[in-house]
Amino acid sequence: MDKKKNRPRYLNLIKISMPVAAVASIGHRISGFLLVIAIPFLIYAFQLSVSSAEEYAQVIAAAEHPIILAIIALLVWSFSHHFFTGIRFLLIDIDIGVSKTAASASAWLVHILAVLTTILVLVIGALL
Amino acid sequence: MSERVASGLRAWTIQRLSAIYMLVYVLYAGISFLARENTSFESWQSWIAHPLNNIVVGLFILSLLFHAWVGARDIILDYVKPFAFRMVKLTLLALFLIAMGLWAFNILVFEMVY
Repeated sequence: MDKKKNRPRYLNLIKISMPVAAVASIGHRISGFLLVIAIPFLIYAFQLSVSSAEEYAQVIAAAEHPIILAIIALLVWSFSHHFFTGIRFLLIDIDIGVSKTAASASAWLVHILAVLTTILVLVIGALL
Repeated sequence: MSERVASGLRAWTIQRLSAIYMLVYVLYAGISFLARENTSFESWQSWIAHPLNNIVVGLFILSLLFHAWVGARDIILDYVKPFAFRMVKLTLLALFLIAMGLWAFNILVFEMVY
């Protein structure tokens, strides 16, 4: 019972220094949330892209608008981050990388892979 | 709508099975994308209209919606405490995802030019 009394009454997330694995975890949630919000826009783009050559060209042209490009970049990051952190969680489920050192290392790795993948996808997109 | 829809182990299993399907799909789609002949509409159209790809994409969207249901449900259960608000948000989420599924199904089945 004493232990319960000594617990902090509130948690100030800004004052807590979050371990990298915690950042990967909250990043997984934030990226997942953004991807759910994106679903109707992506289905709409998909619908246009399969409808006719003109609408397909419209979708490609829309991606050149700076604001839309920024949103695409955010979504590509969200997808990459969610993808890599998701694989990391699946591996942890089957007891791979559970130790503190391994979990920290893999958390760093997924953050780096997410940024690199985002850059790679945007570069490939720009070259098309 | 009950809080026990896809609760516990079932939600955990749905989340992982859909994740694994989408993981394999993304690799397949990525390889198809890199192996395509050109970036034309015709090339995209013939890929997506192929029955195998059409079904594979349909299953991807189905997995995505189940995955989104479990994930967004977890977020609502974590941050929305009052029962009434929680039920309203879960119901809106379910309706949203069902609408997205019907829309996507409609595109894949009826709007595709074969």
